[in-house]
Amino acid sequence: MEDLKTTILNYVVDEYLDDPDEELTFDSPLISAGIVDSFSMVSLKRFLENKYSISLPDDRATPEAFDTVNKIAALVTEFMNK
Amino acid sequence: MGYSGHIKGILQRELSAIEQAGIFKKERFIHSVQSADIEVEFPAGSSLKRVINMCSNNYLGLSSHPEVIEAAHRGLDHRGYGMSSVRFICGTQDIHRELEQKVTEFLGTEDTVLFPSCMDANTGVFEAFMTAEDVMISDRLVHASIVDGMRLCPAIHDTFKHSNMEHLESKLELHSDKRIKVVITDGVFSMDGDTARLDEMVTLCEKYDALLFVDESHSSGFIGKTGRGTHEKCGVFGKIDIITTTFGKALGGASGGCVSGRREIVEMCRQKARPYLFSNTMAPVVVSGVLKVFDILSRSTERRDKLEKNAAYWRKGLEEAGLILQPGDTPIVPVMLFNASLAQKFSIDLFGEGIYAIGFFFPVVAKGAARIRTQISAGHETHHLDKALEAFRKVGKKYDILGKTKQEIIDQYGL
Repeated sequence: MEDLKTTILNYVVDEYLDDPDEELTFDSPLISAGIVDSFSMVSLKRFLENKYSISLPDDRATPEAFDTVNKIAALVTEFMNK
Repeated sequence: MGYSGHIKGILQRELSAIEQAGIFKKERFIHSVQSADIEVEFPAGSSLKRVINMCSNNYLGLSSHPEVIEAAHRGLDHRGYGMSSVRFICGTQDIHRELEQKVTEFLGTEDTVLFPSCMDANTGVFEAFMTAEDVMISDRLVHASIVDGMRLCPAIHDTFKHSNMEHLESKLELHSDKRIKVVITDGVFSMDGDTARLDEMVTLCEKYDALLFVDESHSSGFIGKTGRGTHEKCGVFGKIDIITTTFGKALGGASGGCVSGRREIVEMCRQKARPYLFSNTMAPVVVSGVLKVFDILSRSTERRDKLEKNAAYWRKGLEEAGLILQPGDTPIVPVMLFNASLAQKFSIDLFGEGIYAIGFFFPVVAKGAARIRTQISAGHETHHLDKALEAFRKVGKKYDILGKTKQEIIDQYGL
């Protein structure tokens, strides 16, 4: 689980942060804080689907479900176990 | 009459919050024609002040050009005031088609369709030919009207880091399974004044079988050797699939816009773009004025050459004064102040010195990137620029920022 979270966190930092010194934790709000905008969420969703060979339905891949690394990791884990 | 005190209260609180956040927009009333010298009433009710305009999109100085005004008068006399119809019912005159053909030739495309504004062109174009099977991949700093157009379109949307070609390529790879892929960018970015890397983008789009969309609103008429736009400057004239641009900036400055590009995409806009279908197009008087603008531009490149010279002179003067500028070579020259409050005060002091230039800050630009955005015109003479430089030096000295680094200004004023 920690590996999964770290992978997601690293992706978010590389993909969305302009300032490399900005610190993010597993609980940092991503969408509600404007770090990941709703437009860019699609690349995060597709990254997770490709990386973990899962398919996240649109009604589960919501801004709320993607708001922190912890929430994303829980969602991915749920679909990996299906 | 459902406008209850409750609703009024909600809206009043929201307006107060905007005011308290320091982002409440107030109009300044201009009592003259648009030009380098204007007479402004600000604040409302105060006596008129003659100032130099350093913040209009009147890049070529054609907004009040006598030939354009005369052509507009002729248009009014011969084609009337309004059409009282959308294009496809009974709202298309010969001059609408004539303008579309001129634009097509000027931009080096296959066909063009006019819209009431470029905002409308951008909001209508994507939805007209893309479906949920497709993807739009946009630069993260594209204009708000493009963002709105993407929101209205069922295709999925993604972004790439500003002007980062490596990141764009990774997105093209990620979405390679999509039916239609469209890469979306501004030609010149309005807040920073930098230019898209269209040559590299064309190469990437060819490699990944994607279309390239460019908004040329801050480029058409003056970027490139003959003013055709960013695609001319980057050596990819004739290779852009979709161009949108405006007639509300350099090309006369009145109103109107267009989608220009591949024949089938333009035709899809005529069939399906909602701002085209459900709104009157450009008024005959404006079309007549814009036709004259293209006549003037086809006679010589004098105006865009003067603009280029003015912009270089202005940029050099500000740099020599010790101000920090966003790098670039377009007529958009942002003077970086970083702190929002400083940008507002700086703008007010400039106005006191007879210079009209506006401060921009979050949320229009990123936090900590507040600035005065200056825009140069071919209508500026050297004496205008010299007076404005003197004012920037004076106000810069007052706030003790001349010759200071970004960090020193941030240390002094905060972010």
